[in-house]
Amino acid sequence: MRPPGQTAVGFSLPRVDGVAKVTGRARYVDDITVAGMMHGATVRSDVGHGILRAIHRDPAFDWTGVTVATAADIPGQNVIALIEPDQPALVAIGNTIRHPDEAVALVCAPTRARALAAAAHVRLEIEPLPLVLSVEASLHLKQVLHGDDNIFARFEVKKGAGTSAAGIDAALAAADIVIEGTYETGAQEQMYIEPQGMIAIPGDGGIHIIGSLQCPYYVHKAMVALLGLPGDKVVIQQSVTGGGFGGKEEYPSMIAAHAAILSLAAGAPVKLIYDRDEDIGATTKRHPATIHHRMGLLRDGTIVAQDVDVIIDGGAYVTLSPVVLSRAVLHAAGPYRCKDVRIVGRAVATNAPPHGAFRGFGAPQTTFAYERQIQKAARAVGMDPVAFRKKNMLRPGDDTATGQVLTESVGSEDVMAAAEKASATPLAPSDDQVRRGRGVAFYFHGAGFTGSGEQRLAGRAQVALTAGGDFEVRSSSTDIGQGTLTIFTQIAAAGLGVEVSCVRVPEPRTDDVPDSGPTVASRTCMVVGGLVDRASRKLRGRIEAWAREHGHGDAPFIAAARAMAAAEGEVTADAQYAPPPGIEWDDKTYTGAAYPVFGWAACVVDVAVDVDTYEVTIERCVHAVDVGKAIHPIIVKGQIEGGTLQALGWGTLENVVYRDGRVANRRMTDCIVPTFADAPEIETILIEKPFSFGPHGAKGVGEIPMDGPAAAVANAIEDALGVAIDEIPAIPERIAIAARGLSFSTEGPHTP
Amino acid sequence: MTAYLRPATLAEAVTARREHPDYVVLAGGTDLLVGAARRPPPPGILDVLGLAEATGIRHDEDGTLVIGGMTTYLALLESEVIAAELPMLRACAREIGALQIQARGTVAGNIATSSPVGDTLPVWLALDATVELVSASGSRRVPYGELITGYRKTQLGADELITAVRVPPREPGWAQHWRKVGTRRAQSISKVMLAAAAHVTGGVIRDVRLAFGAVADRPVRARAAEAAICGQAVGAGAVAAVRAALAGDITPIDDVRSSADYRLRVAQNLAARFIAQL
Amino acid sequence: MTIEFRLNGRAATVTASPWRRLLDVLREDLGFTGTKEGCGEGECGACTVLIDGEAVNSCLVAAGQVSGREVTTIEGLGGDALHAVQDALVRFGGTQCGICTPGIALTAARILAREPDADRARIRELCAGNICRCTGYQLIVDAIIDAAGHIKSEEP
Repeated sequence: MRPPGQTAVGFSLPRVDGVAKVTGRARYVDDITVAGMMHGATVRSDVGHGILRAIHRDPAFDWTGVTVATAADIPGQNVIALIEPDQPALVAIGNTIRHPDEAVALVCAPTRARALAAAAHVRLEIEPLPLVLSVEASLHLKQVLHGDDNIFARFEVKKGAGTSAAGIDAALAAADIVIEGTYETGAQEQMYIEPQGMIAIPGDGGIHIIGSLQCPYYVHKAMVALLGLPGDKVVIQQSVTGGGFGGKEEYPSMIAAHAAILSLAAGAPVKLIYDRDEDIGATTKRHPATIHHRMGLLRDGTIVAQDVDVIIDGGAYVTLSPVVLSRAVLHAAGPYRCKDVRIVGRAVATNAPPHGAFRGFGAPQTTFAYERQIQKAARAVGMDPVAFRKKNMLRPGDDTATGQVLTESVGSEDVMAAAEKASATPLAPSDDQVRRGRGVAFYFHGAGFTGSGEQRLAGRAQVALTAGGDFEVRSSSTDIGQGTLTIFTQIAAAGLGVEVSCVRVPEPRTDDVPDSGPTVASRTCMVVGGLVDRASRKLRGRIEAWAREHGHGDAPFIAAARAMAAAEGEVTADAQYAPPPGIEWDDKTYTGAAYPVFGWAACVVDVAVDVDTYEVTIERCVHAVDVGKAIHPIIVKGQIEGGTLQALGWGTLENVVYRDGRVANRRMTDCIVPTFADAPEIETILIEKPFSFGPHGAKGVGEIPMDGPAAAVANAIEDALGVAIDEIPAIPERIAIAARGLSFSTEGPHTP
Repeated sequence: MTAYLRPATLAEAVTARREHPDYVVLAGGTDLLVGAARRPPPPGILDVLGLAEATGIRHDEDGTLVIGGMTTYLALLESEVIAAELPMLRACAREIGALQIQARGTVAGNIATSSPVGDTLPVWLALDATVELVSASGSRRVPYGELITGYRKTQLGADELITAVRVPPREPGWAQHWRKVGTRRAQSISKVMLAAAAHVTGGVIRDVRLAFGAVADRPVRARAAEAAICGQAVGAGAVAAVRAALAGDITPIDDVRSSADYRLRVAQNLAARFIAQL
Repeated sequence: MTIEFRLNGRAATVTASPWRRLLDVLREDLGFTGTKEGCGEGECGACTVLIDGEAVNSCLVAAGQVSGREVTTIEGLGGDALHAVQDALVRFGGTQCGICTPGIALTAARILAREPDADRARIRELCAGNICRCTGYQLIVDAIIDAAGHIKSEEP
C-alpha cells in the first residue's frame, strides 16, 4: 500500500489525474459547453507585411446571427501585454500587418460551421510592403521593422579576455588549435495534441475565461490591459490541458483576447478552438537560430577560449524573444571550464509569425552548436569524445562563463560516468545497407528563472486546511501533463505528514489561487514545489500548536486537523519565494549566479544511416540526467523520455517549411513529429545530486532532456558517414547533400 | 440534407450510381473525409464499403488473382494468398498510414483518388494489373497504367464503380521488391516509392518492371530504364545502365516534403539496389 | 437521417446528417467527449474508436456509415472497472497530458484482443497511428506489455 507522510516523496503513486484521463472523463476546453455559447473564428492576414486599409463583409453572405469584431471593439488597450506592448490583439485599420496569419478581425455565430463560413466572407484590403524573411535581410535593414536596427534584444557574456572583441581574438590566436563552425537550427512546432482554445463568459461587469493554458496570471495581466477591467473582474481558469511545452505560455493570451472581445461584442459566451492548421500556422514555435562558434584549444585538449555569436529569429513582435535569447546566451559556452569567453547574442525582427517559448527556451539551440564544436575539437586533438568532455567539464568549485562558482548539486561526474559506461558497449557493425555511428552530448540547464527573475516575481503558494477538514494546495502552477497535481500532492502530504489521499490540488483559477508565477523554466517542482513544501510545514506547525493549546495534543494529526477546521473554519498557510543565500546576479554586466542551480545530463545515441535513402534510424538512446531528487520517479522518467524524443525529432525530422514567411506545411501530415515507430527504446538513468534549496533536494527537470539529444544524433550521423551535420533537422535531403561525393555500396567502393 | 444509400448488391450499387451521378461514392473515407467538416455537404452518399461482391481475394480459373475493390489494406495484410503470391503488395499495405488507416482504406479508394503518392498504385503498374470497372450498362477491364490519365485524374466513368483489381499470373522466377521512402516510419506520405519486379534466368534479365510513385504527376513505369536493362546480364553494367536511364523517366518536384534532387537520387539508388541484388 | 447503431453495448439512435463526422456526432450530439480531436485528418489518432472491434479514426468516418455497426468509445471500454490497459496506463505513467490517451487505450485494447503476444516492436508498429507528444512512448509500451500479461494471467 501507499506509504504515508514523508515517504510520499520518492514514490511513484498513480498520478492523481490518471483515472480521469484514461476513462475520457477529464474535461478539456473543447469538452466544455456553456449555455448560450457561440463559436468564434479568426480572420487572418494572408500577407506577411502591409498596411491594413479596409475590412469588407461580403454583401452576398447572410450575416444573420453573426457578430463581427475588429480592433475598434476593444474596450481597453489594443495590446497583448507581455514584455513590450508592441503586439496588438487585432491589427487596426491604417496600422501595419507584420506577419502572415496575423489576426485582423473576429466573427462568432451559433455554430462553428457558420462562424468558419462567415470568416471566409470577410475580405481584407491590404497595401503590401516588402517582406523581411531572414535575419540577414533584417540586419541589413532592407526594411525597418523594429526600432532603428531591427534588434529586439542584445546580450553579452564576457569573461577574462572576452571583455573585448580584440581580447578574444588574441586569446584564440594564442591557442594551438581553433575550431570554427556555423550552426543552424530550425523552427520547431510544439505539436501538443490538444489544439489551443478558450471560452470567454461575460457577466457581472467582468469576464470569466476558461481554457488550455500554462500561465493563468499571464492571461490575467493581458486581459486587464485589453479589457480595461479591474483585476478582480477578470477570472482565468485552466481547463485540463492537453500538452504545452511552452506553446501555451504566451499565445493563450491572444486567444483569450479574441474570445473575450467577441463575447463582449456579442453579449454571449464564446468558444474559440483552433483547427490544427490554424494552430500550426499562427501560434509560436521554437526560434530558428544561427550560431557562429570559435573554440580555442591547447594541443593537450584543454579548452582555453570561446567566442560565440548567437542570432535568433524573433519573428514579428518582441514577445518572449529577449528572455529566450538570454537563456541561449547564458548556456552558449556549455558546461566546460574556459577562462576566456565572449558571447554576443541578438534577437532579430522578421516578418515571420513570432517565435516563442518551447521547452529548453534558447538553450537547445546553443547546446547544439557547442556540442558539435566539442565533437570536432575532440577529433582535432585525437581524443575520445567522452574523455575530451571529462577533461574539460565543470566540476564543483569551477566557475561558469558568467563567473558563477558551482558549489553543490553538480552532477557532471555522474552523468559522464553513465555516458562512459554506455559508450563501452560496442557499436553494431555497418553493412552494405546501413552505416552506423555513435554520438555523445553533455550539457547543463539552469533551473528556474534567469538571474534575479524569481526574486522580482516573488511567487506565492498556499496550503489550506479547508473548513471541511481536507488539505488543498493552491498555486497558479498548471498541470499540462508534466505531473504538477501529483507532485504537489506528494510534497504537501510529506510536509503535512499525512496520506496523499488527504490532499487535493485543484486546477488553478485566478480568484482562488495566489500568483506563483508561470508554469515554465523548469521551475514548477523546484521553485513552486519548494513553496508548497514550506507552506505545508508551516500549516502543520500551526495545526500542531492549535492541537496542543486546545487539548488535542495526543490525537492523531488528522483528527486534530479536523477538530481545528470544525472550530476555526478554513486555515491557510502561505509561502513566498526568497532566494537561496549567496545567489547574486548582476543584470548590467551579465555576471554572477545566472541560475540558482543547474541540471546536468549526458546522452549517447547510436544511429544507422541508410546509404540508399539517407534515412536515419535511432537504434539506441541512453540519457543520464541529474535531477537532484526524483519526487515521483515515473513522472520524472516520463519527462525525460518525452523531452528526449522531442529533441531527437527536432534533430532529425521535424521540419517547419516557410514560404513567404508563412508556414507551408500546416497539417500534421506534413508538419511531422515522431510516431511510436520512429522512437527508439530510451534508456533513462536518473542521477540524484540533491539541491539543498529544492524541495527534498529536487531541481528542475522539464527542459534539460530537450537540450542535448539533437547534438548527440548529429554527432552520431557524422560518426557514421564522416560528414559534418551542422544544420538541423538533419532530414535525409540535407544528409544527401552533405554526403554528396561519398560513394556507397551500389555506387562503388565506400570512401568516407 | 444529404441522402445516404448503402446498396446491398452490386446491381443496386451501379443502378444507384447511374441514378445519382452527383452522389459521393464513399468507401473507407481515408482521403475523402479529410477536411469534410469544412466543405459543403454533398447531395448524397453512395456507401460501397463492405459491398460483398467487391470484397475479398480469390483466383479466377486462369490463375488471375482478383482482389475486390472494397478489400481493405488490413484485409490484404491478413491474407495468406497475398503473403504467398504478392509479398510486394503485403509490404506496401503494411506501410500505409497505420492501423486505423489500414483498417479502413480500400484498394478501390486508392485507385479512384489516384494521388501521385497513392501507395498501392506503383504495385499495380509493376504487376501489370487490370482494373475492373462496372456500370449499369456493363463492365470493362482497363490496365491501371491506362486508367490513370493525369494528376489525380482517371478515365473512371461517372456511372462506374471499381469492383476489383486483377493481377495476371506470371511464370515462376519473378522477383518482387517494394520500398517506400516516406517522411517517417509510419503515418507517412511517400517521398519515393519503388515497386519492382524482374524475371531473371541464366543470369540475364529477361523482363523487368520498375514502377515509381511520388516522382511525377502520377505513378509511372520507368520505361527507359526498363528497356536499358532488359536482356542484359545482371551485374554492375545493368546497375549503371538503370541509374543512367532513370533520369529520363521521372520528373520529381520540390515540395514541402522533399526535393526533386533528393527524389531523383534516391529513385536511382533504389532501382540500383534492386538490380544489384538480382 | 436517423442512424441506428450500437454504442458501447447499447442501442443508440441519433438524427444527423450522414455526412457529418462520426467524431462530431459522438461529441456534440451524444455527449461522448472522451473521443478527442487532434488534427481532423486521420493523422494523430486522438479520435480513435472501435467499429466492430477494429480501431478507426472517427474523424474519417461519415456518421451514416456506422448504422448497424457496433461502436466502442473510451466511455465503453472498461465497464464498471478499468480495462487492464487503462489501469496499466495509469500505473506505468503511460498518460501525461492525457489528450491522446483515450485513443491509445482503444488501439491498445484492440491489439490485446487480436494480438496478445505482440512484442515491443510490433506494439510500436500497431500503435503508430496514435501520436503522443508527452511520453516519448516508452512508458506506454511498458503499460501495454504489462496489460497483456494481466489479461493472459486472468484467462483460464
